[in-house]
Amino acid sequence: MRLGMPRYESWTAERAREIIARYRHLEGATLPILHALQETFGCVPADAVPLVADALNLSRAEIHGTVTFYHDFRREPPGLRVLKLCCAESCQAAGGDALVARAEEKLGVSMGETTLDRRVTLEPVYCLGLCHSSPAAMLDKRVVGRLDEGKLDWLVKEARA
Amino acid sequence: MSARIFISRDSGALCVGADEVAQALRKAFEKRSLKVEIVRTGSRGLYWLEPLVEVATDKGRAGYGPVNVSDVEALLDAGMLEGKKHELGIGLVENHPWLKSQTRLTFKNCGIIDPRSLEDYKAHGGYKGLEKALAVGPKAIVEEVISSGLRGRGGAGFPTGIKWRTVAETPPQQKYIVCNADEGDSGTFADRMIMEGDPFVLIEGMTIAGIAVGATFGYVYIRAEYPDAIEAMEIAIHDARKGGVLGRGMAGSSFDFDMEVRAGAGAYVCGEETSMLESLEGKRGEVRAKPPLPAHVGLFGKPTVINNVLSLASVPIIMERGGGFYRDFGMGKSRGTMPIQLAGNIKHGGLYETAFGITLGELVDEIGGGTRSGRPVRAAQVGGPLGAYFPRELFDTPFDYEAFAARNGLIGHGGIVVFDDTVDMAKQARFAMEFCAIESCGKCTPCRIGSVRGVELMDKIMAGEDRSENLIVLENLCNTMKFGSLCALGGFAPYPVMSALTHFPEDFGTERKRL
Repeated sequence: MRLGMPRYESWTAERAREIIARYRHLEGATLPILHALQETFGCVPADAVPLVADALNLSRAEIHGTVTFYHDFRREPPGLRVLKLCCAESCQAAGGDALVARAEEKLGVSMGETTLDRRVTLEPVYCLGLCHSSPAAMLDKRVVGRLDEGKLDWLVKEARA
Repeated sequence: MSARIFISRDSGALCVGADEVAQALRKAFEKRSLKVEIVRTGSRGLYWLEPLVEVATDKGRAGYGPVNVSDVEALLDAGMLEGKKHELGIGLVENHPWLKSQTRLTFKNCGIIDPRSLEDYKAHGGYKGLEKALAVGPKAIVEEVISSGLRGRGGAGFPTGIKWRTVAETPPQQKYIVCNADEGDSGTFADRMIMEGDPFVLIEGMTIAGIAVGATFGYVYIRAEYPDAIEAMEIAIHDARKGGVLGRGMAGSSFDFDMEVRAGAGAYVCGEETSMLESLEGKRGEVRAKPPLPAHVGLFGKPTVINNVLSLASVPIIMERGGGFYRDFGMGKSRGTMPIQLAGNIKHGGLYETAFGITLGELVDEIGGGTRSGRPVRAAQVGGPLGAYFPRELFDTPFDYEAFAARNGLIGHGGIVVFDDTVDMAKQARFAMEFCAIESCGKCTPCRIGSVRGVELMDKIMAGEDRSENLIVLENLCNTMKFGSLCALGGFAPYPVMSALTHFPEDFGTERKRL
């Protein structure tokens, strides 16, 4: 699998309306719309909330509530690359905690933060479903299992490149 | 005839380099001017052997694994394409003891067929269940599923057929089938394996459910952490529609059934069925109070069947072979097979489908091979983050809904996470509370506030602050959460906490056994 390089578009209301129009006919369209917005802009910009509310005939509060409920919806775009390390029990049992500490040290950020050069966002994830090969990680959409120090160092290098 | 080899495209294989191995093989074949077809399958579930390369021989498929890119030339030199011996060789895959001792019903095609080929699925018996379902009609389908004894594989273990009957008995109107593929429990990956390795079996199961209850539309709610599963299901749904087995008048019948995939957005609680309905409706994933049951008032207020991936994926074989065939496996009230997932610090991590009744000790020590670290096994958490920690003394517990419940545990979605003797059980208890605090939907107080107070209490206990008093408070808090929470998140979070305290009191700085 090729390493995906996310490139986000800059916000325009026109582009947002176009995306909303593509999905508004769906039953329960809110999540599909929010996902599509985030895929395009890297986050769900605050300016998008009234547009979604208007299109779906819902209140801004309802859309704001949905955006803020889910861990995955971002209010700001992440770094160029997103490195997620699994922090759930299976990966803890296989030595994941030490790898989290190592990644934090190598990148100079804590979990949930983005490096100052905006290159890498480091995040916890609670289970990637690769528990047979713990510890596991995900760089953008690429999954990596049987993580050890060597593989982690390679991932960090790859993420920064 | 050109040679055929099989390599998994399942993310469990990709995460250890299956794509790179396939690429290296392709290049090597070109260099050697060999005509070899590379079929990308799902995984057999023998994950410690991934990337596993299988070669079709006249005796069956010979396996080699785990294969690294650097092994490719040596394997070909040794005669891999003729199934010849090599140190990575495991012989005929079907005869591998780990696979041979299983009873594969739900996962019978996984790792064998090409998940991107409807024809291959049909060639391996696919859509025979639907054919039978169409022949016998809705009422008989429900009866067949009831008679199979199939219980919800998501964790709650409610009889699937009874759920279907409840929805079938509601007056004709728009009804829905919702497949719960929000497999968030650490230590579980069976749903992911089905969706990536045999997606049509799930589509077939949902279609049969639709016919049985009079629903014309289904949603598969897949967690966003599973991008490969989302892609696999979307492709399979598209192909099923094109192949005429999904959509209006599907399979030449008078029934309509169509479906689509919806992606979650990183909320663990959305695996709870009513929270999932809210999420599908586009709202915050807050749990609904029951009653009314989703079977009466479900998605968009309509009668809705909500079943786990494994429950629905077991339906085609039940229809094809009959409820009695399925019911003959298992023990007590736990009928059929359970796909058990071995995870954590374990030597042979993977999926092991077997009839209910096998003991936890057999699973961890014999099938799992003990820890990967080589250190002694100290505990196993069964049933995800809300499941209890079992010490070695309880490893004689048979895998069965009731047997685990009798020992204050649960089998949940069938995940087993193994820990060696370096684990700090107080830390694990604290994590259970922390996880609950992070993932609580916030609707009910015992879960929302209780989990936060639980973390604070654990910090005090671990720091040795008023330990014995705080342990009493912790126990009271766990009782409040257990009996006062609206759903299983707050209600079951006390299981890991109390089991850790009960079975491993020394890690909490107390000697008091609470058995």
